[in-house]
Amino acid sequence: MLDTLWIVPALPLAGFVFLALAGGRIPRTVIAFIATATVGISALLAIAIGVTFLGLLPQEASYRQVLWQWVSVAGFEPAIGFHLDALSLVMMFVVTFVAFWIHLYSTEFMIEDEAYGRFFAYMNLFVASMLILVLADNLLLLYLGWEGVGACSYLLIGFWYHDSANGRAAQKAFIVTRVGDTAMAIALFLLFVNFGTLDIQAILQQASESIQSGSLIAVAVTALLLGGAVGKSAQLPLQTWLPDAMAGPTPVSALIHAATMVTAGVYLIARTHTLYSLAPQVMAAVAGVGALTLFIAGTAALVQRDIKRVLAYSTISQIGYMFLALGVGAWGAAMFHFMTHAFFKALLFLAAGAVINALHHEHDIFKMGGVRHKLPLVFWTFLIGSASLAGFPLVTAGFYSKDLILWQAWSSGQGQAWLWAIGVATAFLTAIYIFRVVFIVFFGKERTHVEKLPRRPMTVPLVVLAFFSIVSGFVEIPPALGGRHLFSSFMSSALPSAAVEESHTTELIFSLIASLLALAGIYLAHLFFRTRREHAEPDAGKRLTRFLFGGWGFDWLYDRIFVRPFVWIARVNRNDYIDSIYGGIAALSRGLNTVFSSTETGRVRLYAAGIACGSIILVAIALLL
Amino acid sequence: MTDQIPAEYALVLAAILFALGLAGVLVRRNILFILISLEIMLNAAGLALIAAGARWGEPDGQIMFLLVLATAGAEVSVGLALVLQLYKQFRTLDIDAASRMKG
Repeated sequence: MLDTLWIVPALPLAGFVFLALAGGRIPRTVIAFIATATVGISALLAIAIGVTFLGLLPQEASYRQVLWQWVSVAGFEPAIGFHLDALSLVMMFVVTFVAFWIHLYSTEFMIEDEAYGRFFAYMNLFVASMLILVLADNLLLLYLGWEGVGACSYLLIGFWYHDSANGRAAQKAFIVTRVGDTAMAIALFLLFVNFGTLDIQAILQQASESIQSGSLIAVAVTALLLGGAVGKSAQLPLQTWLPDAMAGPTPVSALIHAATMVTAGVYLIARTHTLYSLAPQVMAAVAGVGALTLFIAGTAALVQRDIKRVLAYSTISQIGYMFLALGVGAWGAAMFHFMTHAFFKALLFLAAGAVINALHHEHDIFKMGGVRHKLPLVFWTFLIGSASLAGFPLVTAGFYSKDLILWQAWSSGQGQAWLWAIGVATAFLTAIYIFRVVFIVFFGKERTHVEKLPRRPMTVPLVVLAFFSIVSGFVEIPPALGGRHLFSSFMSSALPSAAVEESHTTELIFSLIASLLALAGIYLAHLFFRTRREHAEPDAGKRLTRFLFGGWGFDWLYDRIFVRPFVWIARVNRNDYIDSIYGGIAALSRGLNTVFSSTETGRVRLYAAGIACGSIILVAIALLL
Repeated sequence: MTDQIPAEYALVLAAILFALGLAGVLVRRNILFILISLEIMLNAAGLALIAAGARWGEPDGQIMFLLVLATAGAEVSVGLALVLQLYKQFRTLDIDAASRMKG
């Protein structure tokens, strides 16, 4: 069974190739079928492979499949090969599974779009790139997937390219992530220079044997890899692209935010965790970046008006939790939160898309209201997703994963009180901002007339993802609440588990604090945005509101520091001074041409006079010298 | 041979003739007169050759003049043919009318 691993990324890739070549000439039902079926079969295969793999544990903790040699130059021999272990298995499962439901949803959501085939071709390529990224056994192949994901995000964010604002958002996403990608490329060069290979397992093996903890090379490589991860995962200071990435169609937002792309950074750090363990300073930086990002994004989400931007900031914030977990060495907790987040965030985006679709593409939550009665199914699933995001105690997946992160941020070896405090405070904010959306959009009186009701391809994914938004948390329950460690014991075959002091009462108290804060957040949201709704609209005149609305002014800052000087230099150098040297040569010869061609009068007598003068001059020179 | 005309006189005469011919070429617009002026220039050169040959007592100058005469004959025949063509084309003998090849 395991040897069918290569088919998992190959199927969406084949789907892309077929749709790219024939997408314009075949009927929509065929396009939808091919796009959804390729990802669906991949998901089924991933599940089958996962079951087989679980049967082999713990004797065989990893499986490797090398398809062929990619390049062979002077000892540099990266292969097209896949590496399967607990980490990549979870990623592969979540990517294919969530992507399948998003594809199914898109078949209905995009039905009126003229570029139906192009959309699904990009989507399939996106999934294929992400699968290559998570399954790659060497960093070069990983980088191929990494860049593939970046290119697809550019194509999909700018999918409706007739509006130039969408094109700008796509460029912003591409350029900002490019900053991180450059750092990552340098990290790969450094790794190759030091280890002579890009094979991930070989590097980790050699690193743990030969590199001192805290040595320069470990710090440099991990810091640069962190740069790449920060760019792709939209963390501080490269988080500004993600809210603008909402310009794409809603299923794209779901795919970028839940299953693919933004989690690539989390995966990269988890994949190279051995290196990070050797660089404690960078680990602390990862945790710090995560903590700051999750707080900044959490506060920014409080005042957004666009439903998708709320969710975008919430994604940045939740990925911040994952970084926080990675930074304190809670690798398993980060992956656990990745999984639950993939389910509930995909659900939230798809449900938001259903609302937007039903209300003539209205994004402003203050023009929505009372949607609950017309779209009951969307309401209930969105509520489940919100509860999971807010960490509603005991019944939601988000509660268990966030609780695990918060607990380990406090108790693990690298854990610190302020990391925990920020995490808990933002958990409170999370409950407020997401239930603000729930109360404003689904309660109150109707403001925009509901036009279209979602049909089955859109509702089935909602129900399935809502189911997993609840159930996926039950695989890992803290010992204080019964204790079940399916996920962490499975993960421990690939990632070391964090050293946690065992104290059930303390853990219970911490869970209680987090739960109470989440409930308090929901209550506050109810108070402010349901009962006193008329005052709920953010006042754009207030300075603090404006500051938060703009995401703490990072766009403003970067505009001043990078964009404007660049534009200024470009404007000053509009004539391209370097180029004017070459332009000058051309102008000179053109001028000489004009001068000389004016002597060509066509009059024989002038030519004769010229010859005569020339002869006289020559003779004179000969005589004088 | 002491009462010979000095070579300088012949050369000066040749130079004057040459200058007259050149002036004719540059000044006249009628192509026939240009050809005549060209002949004057050729003969001026021939005179210089012969004067030099006589000065040194060598036959080379006269041989050269024979060559110049032959060349002049060929030149005149080609030149007159061109004049005929020119006249056919432009219905005039004005050389400045044939200035279509200006840059």
